[in-house]
Amino acid sequence: MRWMWIDRIVELVPKERMVAIKQVSMAEEHLHDHFPSTSNRKAMPMMPMSLIVEGMAQTAGVLVGHAEGFKEKVVLAKVSKAKLDREATPGCTLRYTATIEQFTAAGASTKGIVELIEPSAIGQSEPVVIGQIDLLFSHLDQNMGGIEYPEENFVFSESFKTLMETSGIEANF
Amino acid sequence: MERSEIFDKIQEILVDALAVDDDEVTNEATLIGDLGAESIDILDITFKLEQEFGFKIAQGELFPEGITQDPDYVQDGKVTSKGLELLKERVPHFNLSDLESDPSVENVAKIFTVDALVTFCDQKLQTA
Repeated sequence: MRWMWIDRIVELVPKERMVAIKQVSMAEEHLHDHFPSTSNRKAMPMMPMSLIVEGMAQTAGVLVGHAEGFKEKVVLAKVSKAKLDREATPGCTLRYTATIEQFTAAGASTKGIVELIEPSAIGQSEPVVIGQIDLLFSHLDQNMGGIEYPEENFVFSESFKTLMETSGIEANF
Repeated sequence: MERSEIFDKIQEILVDALAVDDDEVTNEATLIGDLGAESIDILDITFKLEQEFGFKIAQGELFPEGITQDPDYVQDGKVTSKGLELLKERVPHFNLSDLESDPSVENVAKIFTVDALVTFCDQKLQTA
């Protein structure tokens, strides 16, 4: 199973915008190592920022893949911009909003906003923007090198199908 | 639009896309050799040029694709006369004189200079 970094798609406007959420949980083993306590510091469990970038890449990647009915092998080619101002700690919800900026046969560029929703005793706080992640995707079969890849779309695996189905979105791939 | 204005906009795009300093982006700088552009950067630059100047760029229009892999166009590490003719036809914004005097395949990347990019945009804007 692919390592998924989004839990649910909450909004999809085909070829335009997708919003997904990720609940940060203390049950995630990597949080225990990121960062453990030391002799002079308490433990500081937080979602690694590289995985927040991956969460946005999965959100934007599904949006780009969906635009062509998942026929293209959509791969992350470049992180054009990644800026995050705050850490996401256990109990928080990360909300990724990806928007297609440009889309051609060769690939797509996306803009992304990361928001953080803090838990509280009476529910959840309003989302606060904590960063921006802009990405570039390539349609692998349209690459400039003319390299041939397997016919099967190995990018959009069963895990993505499950994600879409549990989010109430039809997944015909 | 004046060439100098086109250059300024392209300089800004290349600084952003390739994470280089603005003084590295000179007219003579080659995108692949001097500025470290990779094939995926060409897609990024294409998107940014389209956004900035408002024209569309077809795949392979800015930089030729597949020519160096085709035995009709490259033989024994050198671009054939047929290959040079194709380049002249496909990418008229490139100055091919250096490649014509030394058609080694590694020199193909050297034709893609910032100046060629300015010429490409200038031509596109004039025909738009």
